[in-house]
Amino acid sequence: MRFDSLLGSLGRTPLVGLPNLSPSPRVRLWAKLEDRNPTGSIKDRAAFYMVEQAEKDGRLSHGCTILEPTSGNTGISLAMVAKLRGYRMVCVMPENTSAERKQLLEMWGAEIHFSPAEGGSNEAVRVAKEMAAQHPDWVMLYQYGNPDNARAHYETTGPELLADLPEITHFVAGLGTTGTLMGVGRYLREQRPEVQIVAAEPRYGELVYGLRNIDEGFIPELYDESVLTTRFSVPSDAALKRTRELLTMEGIFAGISTGGALHAALGVAQKAVKAGERADIAFVIADAGWKYLSTGAYEGTLEEAEERLEGQLWA
Amino acid sequence: MATEVRIPTILRNLTDGAKAVEGEGATLGELITDLDKRYAGIGERLLEDGKLRRFINVYLNDEDVRFLEGLDTPVADGDTVTVLPAVAGGMR
Repeated sequence: MRFDSLLGSLGRTPLVGLPNLSPSPRVRLWAKLEDRNPTGSIKDRAAFYMVEQAEKDGRLSHGCTILEPTSGNTGISLAMVAKLRGYRMVCVMPENTSAERKQLLEMWGAEIHFSPAEGGSNEAVRVAKEMAAQHPDWVMLYQYGNPDNARAHYETTGPELLADLPEITHFVAGLGTTGTLMGVGRYLREQRPEVQIVAAEPRYGELVYGLRNIDEGFIPELYDESVLTTRFSVPSDAALKRTRELLTMEGIFAGISTGGALHAALGVAQKAVKAGERADIAFVIADAGWKYLSTGAYEGTLEEAEERLEGQLWA
Repeated sequence: MATEVRIPTILRNLTDGAKAVEGEGATLGELITDLDKRYAGIGERLLEDGKLRRFINVYLNDEDVRFLEGLDTPVADGDTVTVLPAVAGGMR
């Protein structure tokens, strides 16, 4: 495959079967390898699409400053595209984010503004909104509320899945900004009304839920409950265990949030087996494991890894 | 019949600091009514106008009860109910 530049190679990622983790020939699991994107995660789709749309409607032009609350993959994707297109990039992220992330962001020239660890990304969103109000000339693409985030998946990820797996019965992905699930979910429901859309929500350590009061809670503006069939909360020990299984049984080196999606996918698969139904379950490999090596998730026993992961933001 | 209910940090001032408590009831709604008798005020922190508060998520054996039968969801001995505030989460 040949492309004019790196950005052109976005998407069209492989969908691979998981013969060893699938419970039977009638109940099959399929993994969409979104780590095969330009900066190594599914967030490239949303980030590039949000930038492109903002350029088209004139919100972004050369020399602009992009501001985004992000401690992870979206920031990395935006920093890369900002570098290529000549934008200044400012990320707001919790101070307890891993060293790799900070280095990756700085490598592509992003400036980092730290928000307090207490409250996790809630706090980063709040701080970013304040900064946006102070700098009206900056452009906050705002992944949690920008319809172009979900639109990217409606136009690309969804159609790719259906083309590769016309017999799809379930789609499972991690729930964060909700962009992937909303976009792919809406597209698949239009094409396959019977399809089940399943969210795997990471359950973190207590620090992340350390709000001062319940009214400080946060639901992404993009979230529309009616698109989902159901939603599972996946604890970190289960996510870690599945991440290891993916590695040892199928050879796939994925990030920890992918273990969470696999956990939900396997739950759905077991239900289908019990009900004696055929199922073709697609789930998303959101990124590879490289950025999580320093968390210790892949070394020693599962128990040791769980202990090391306690209190860290793993998805 | 006892069901384990995991309490988030933000509500533990009502449970004398306990991370998990037990309650009884055939449905989630009954369980919350029972908990409120044991830990006065917890019902009002979870519900508003007879519905789960917007920023409160409740999971029965890790599945979001909003996709089950809400407050009418049957609960049984040995089930685990987890209460969590809705947050923006980790690394996006």
